[in-house]
Formats: sequence, C-alpha cells, structure tokens
Amino acid sequence: MLLTRLAPGDITANLGAFAPPGEVARTRARFDLDRSPVAQWGGWAVRASRFDFGDSFLYNRPVGALIRRAAVNTAILAVAALAVATLVGIPLGILTGSRRGVLPATVRAVSLVCLSVPPLLTSLFLVFLASRTGWLPPGGMTSVDVIDASWSTWMLDVARHLPLPALALALPLAATFERLQAQAMSETIRQPFVVAAMARGVAWRQLLVDHAWRASLRSMCAVYGLAIGALLSGSFVVEYVTAWPGLGRLMYEALRARDIYLVAGCAAMGGVFLAFGSVAADLLLFAADPRVRERQAA
Amino acid sequence: MKGAGRALLVAIVLIAVAAPWLSPNPPDRQFNAYLYAPPTRVHLDGVDGAYFYPLRVVSRLERRFEEVRDRPVQLVWVDGHLVTSADGNEPLLLLGADSYGRDIFSRLLYGARTSLGLALLATLAAMIIGACVGGIAGYAGGLLDEILSRLSDFILVLPAIYVVLALRSVMPLVLPPRDVFLLLVGIFGLVGWPIVARGVRGIVASEREREYVAAGRALGAGPVRLLAFHLLPATRGYLTTQATLLLPAFILAEATLSYVGLGFPDAVPTWGTMLHDASNVALLGDAPWTLAPAAAIFVVVLAVNLVVQGRGESPLLR
Repeated sequence: MLLTRLAPGDITANLGAFAPPGEVARTRARFDLDRSPVAQWGGWAVRASRFDFGDSFLYNRPVGALIRRAAVNTAILAVAALAVATLVGIPLGILTGSRRGVLPATVRAVSLVCLSVPPLLTSLFLVFLASRTGWLPPGGMTSVDVIDASWSTWMLDVARHLPLPALALALPLAATFERLQAQAMSETIRQPFVVAAMARGVAWRQLLVDHAWRASLRSMCAVYGLAIGALLSGSFVVEYVTAWPGLGRLMYEALRARDIYLVAGCAAMGGVFLAFGSVAADLLLFAADPRVRERQAA
Repeated sequence: MKGAGRALLVAIVLIAVAAPWLSPNPPDRQFNAYLYAPPTRVHLDGVDGAYFYPLRVVSRLERRFEEVRDRPVQLVWVDGHLVTSADGNEPLLLLGADSYGRDIFSRLLYGARTSLGLALLATLAAMIIGACVGGIAGYAGGLLDEILSRLSDFILVLPAIYVVLALRSVMPLVLPPRDVFLLLVGIFGLVGWPIVARGVRGIVASEREREYVAAGRALGAGPVRLLAFHLLPATRGYLTTQATLLLPAFILAEATLSYVGLGFPDAVPTWGTMLHDASNVALLGDAPWTLAPAAAIFVVVLAVNLVVQGRGESPLLR
C-alpha cells in the first residue's frame, strides 16, 4: 500500500490532461491523496480495523464489497483445486510410497512431469485444449446470458466453468502431494511400529491406511499450510489466463491503475487467507496426530 | 535420471550461447506476409539437398496459407547460420511465426539467453544476499539474529508473486529493456534471499560450536575471516540445492510478469513476452505453435527436477 502510494502518478491521471485544476484537487481530497503518505496510511489503518476499507478509485465503489465478491470466487477456485489435488495426490502417494512395480513407476513418472508444469503452463494448455475441442468454456466464470438467471442455473453455469481453472491449479499441486505423501509413506513403513503391527497379524491394507498413513499425515499437514500460499500465487496466474474474476485479477487491475485502497484491501484479504490456511493446517495436525494432542494436555 | 537431467541442462545452456548461429532468422525481423504462419514443412528428398515451398496467404482473416508448389526454396547449410533459407524474403520458420510475422524458433533461442541469463543472475543475487545475511545472523546470534530471522520469516510467508507484482508496479511501467533486466534481477533477488538465508543461518549456527571454529578463533582469526573462509564453505551443498530450486522459479516468474505485461517490452524476445502472444484465446486454437515457449520452460523445469529428484531432495512447493 505504502509502496503504491509512493509510485509516480496517481488516479487523477485518469481525468485527462485538460481537467480543470480545481476538479483534480477535489478528487485528490476525496481520496485523502493530498495528505502525507504516513497520515494517509494511518487513517486507512484505523478505518480498516472497523472493516471500512475505503472506496476504490477504479470502480468508484466501496472496496469491501468488491473484495468480498472476488474473495468468494477465489475461495471457490482454491477449494475445488485443493479437493482435486487431495483426492488424486494422496491415494496415489500411498500407492507409490508402499509398493514397487510398473504402476507406481508410471505414476511417479507422470507426477514428475506434472511437477514440472507450473499453473501458468497448465492453464494455457487447458485453455488451448478447450478452445480447440469446445468441451468446456475456455474462460470466464459465467456465461453472458445467465447473469439474470435463477440461482440453480447460475450454479450449473459456474460448475461448467470451474473444472478448467481448478484443474490447471490442481495438477501441479496433486503432483507435489503425491511425491511428498510417497516420501512420508516409505519413511513410515520402515518404522518399528509398522513391523510390530505386521507381526501381530494386522492385514496389510488395514495396516497401510489405519496405521502407516495416519502416522505419515504429520508431515503432510505441514505441507497443507504451505499449499495455501502456493494456491494464492498460482491462482493469480490461473485467474489471469482464464479470466476468472477472483482476488488475483482484482489486485492486478488495482496495481496497474494505482488504486491504492483496492490494493491494500486485496493484500489484507490475502493475509486473511494465509492465516486461515496455517490455522487450518495446525487444526488438522491436532486431529491427525495423537502425540500433539497429548503434549497439549500434559 | 540425474544424468539425463544434467545433459539436458547443459544442452539448453549451449543452445542459448550459440543462439545467433543456430537461429535461421534475425529474432526481430518481421515477415509481413507471414503473420501467424504455420511451421514450414521441410522436404529432404530434393536433388541437391533439402528444400521447402514458400507460403502464400489465401485468407488473411482466417489466417489460411497455401504452399506455392512451383517455386521450391533451397536450404543453405553452415553459412553464418547453421541452416537458413536461400531466399531472404521467404523465411524458414521451423516453429511458425507470431503476431508480427517474426520467426518463433529464432526468438525462442534468443529468448533463452534473456530468460536464462536473468534467472541465473537473480539466483546468484539471492544466493549472495542470503548467504551473507544468514551467515551474519547465524554467527552473531542474539538480537541481530532475532531481527534478521524475523525479517526473512516475514518475507517467506508472503505469496511471492504478489510481492513481485507490487514491487514491479511501483516502478514506471515502461522502461528500456536493460533497466527492466536489472530491475527484475533486483526484485527476484530481494524476494528469493530469505529462503537461502534461513538454511544458511541454521548451518552456520550449528557449525560455529565446532572445535575447528574455536581453534581458528584461538589462532587469532577475526569474525569476517572465520565466516568467509571457514563457516560459509560448510554450506556449499545446501547452496547448490537451493540454486537448482530457485532457478526454475525465477524463469517462471519472468514468464509470468512478461505474460501479464509487467515485464519486458514486447520487442525483446524472452519466453514470457513470447507467451504473451498465446494470451489471445481466439487465436490460440488456430496457432498452437505460439505455445512453444511454454514447452521450453517445461523442458528446463523438468531437467532441473530430474537433477534434484536424483539427489533425493524433496521438491519445493511453489
């Protein structure tokens, strides 16, 4: 926020070179631009603590409303991608981490390839596929004709637009999950308690899921906290490429237009996402690992 | 696996160095009759060597081309370039042409120089800053360590791409290419150093308790000498691993910035500015060759991943 304020040029450039000086000054005063950066930031911080994020220059509307909409869109995208990555990555990771053979080797090779395709490339490639085949709409979040449609039609339409960006975001993440889960799994099954359970005659499948996987979750939970950051970074590119109206796109537009309150609002929202992610990861760890719970109790 | 990755990386660097010789056309020459032309089909069954048919525009609106069958053009080998067209006005376009009719293959080779050079320099910058800050924090301990560690932790938790975007957009949007290059090296270095610093700090902090450091101090070595000649060499293995992880991240960051229009101006061939051409969805379906730089980035990242996986390191979450 401060950085953007110090950047050359401000929103009054949008009024045009021939705008009367009085109007320029009035516009500046309306947005506090005539005060010093520090005073401006202080005023903003006080108001932001009351959830009043100021008005956007670019859209001439309260920042809070704009951000809320964009954040919901980003959250839909991120949750979908996280779900896909988890459902694909974790089971495959258990497989490759506990077994040898042709299938795990294939999965490993595929995930190494997916790992090398960052969201920028996956989204471009999927957009290319979509525009070539017409299976899915290549961009946007809704079609033009459903803006006034009923709630259920809107849901269906979003559901048709969602798979492409979600998949673009999920593929590299799924590969990361697969690799890490495989690593955690192969480390866990070498531990003595697994051998002990095997000696007591626990079935291999049950042993894998109930004993080894639960123990390996410990390192996976830490990864989930980091994944939120990766999702935020990745969603910026994906939103840009597929024209998904989320937080990343909004922030990009705000930065280009030097719309400082909107930038600050987006940054604050991103911070909330990050905090939420790390809290969620800690809670997951608490639920998954009895050792952490006991240490808390003691 | 590891050997394949290394061989691939070496090959890519060699190609980037030899770009002027390997590329059939100058990277900024515009062939106006060849906007979005498809890749040239080379025929190898000619009487005296390979030849191809030049293209003629059938419909400019639909971007349809047809081969002029009655006028084959010979290919010339090893004449300043490895291979090029005998007729200066009928280009050899191995990967087609972009929106200005420039040769994508040649731009890809020249782009490798900018993209890889930038990523290498930025990695070097991040390493140097990270090693210095981490070394000082680990050696000094106490309050200084606390401040430096908190600072690097703070930068680490921010989603890197937004920091890069914010820093970039502070600067004027239009800059000469040289300034953009230096600016991006600076920004990437600033964002990348905390990752390095955190590991270096840990290693230095544990190494300084060892006997050889005490012996060095007893012999009268000052803190600077101890740090530079005795402690930092211990972090060499860690630094190489980090370098292989930062490099693809920076290549990608350049591509992302240029793609969204905050990086290099369009005239400069880099993989990001070339990808910008692919941002037009309507054209992408008809001209898949504009995705060539994406394939190049993929190959580099894959090569690095092969090397890293061979070493048994966990992949970086990015």
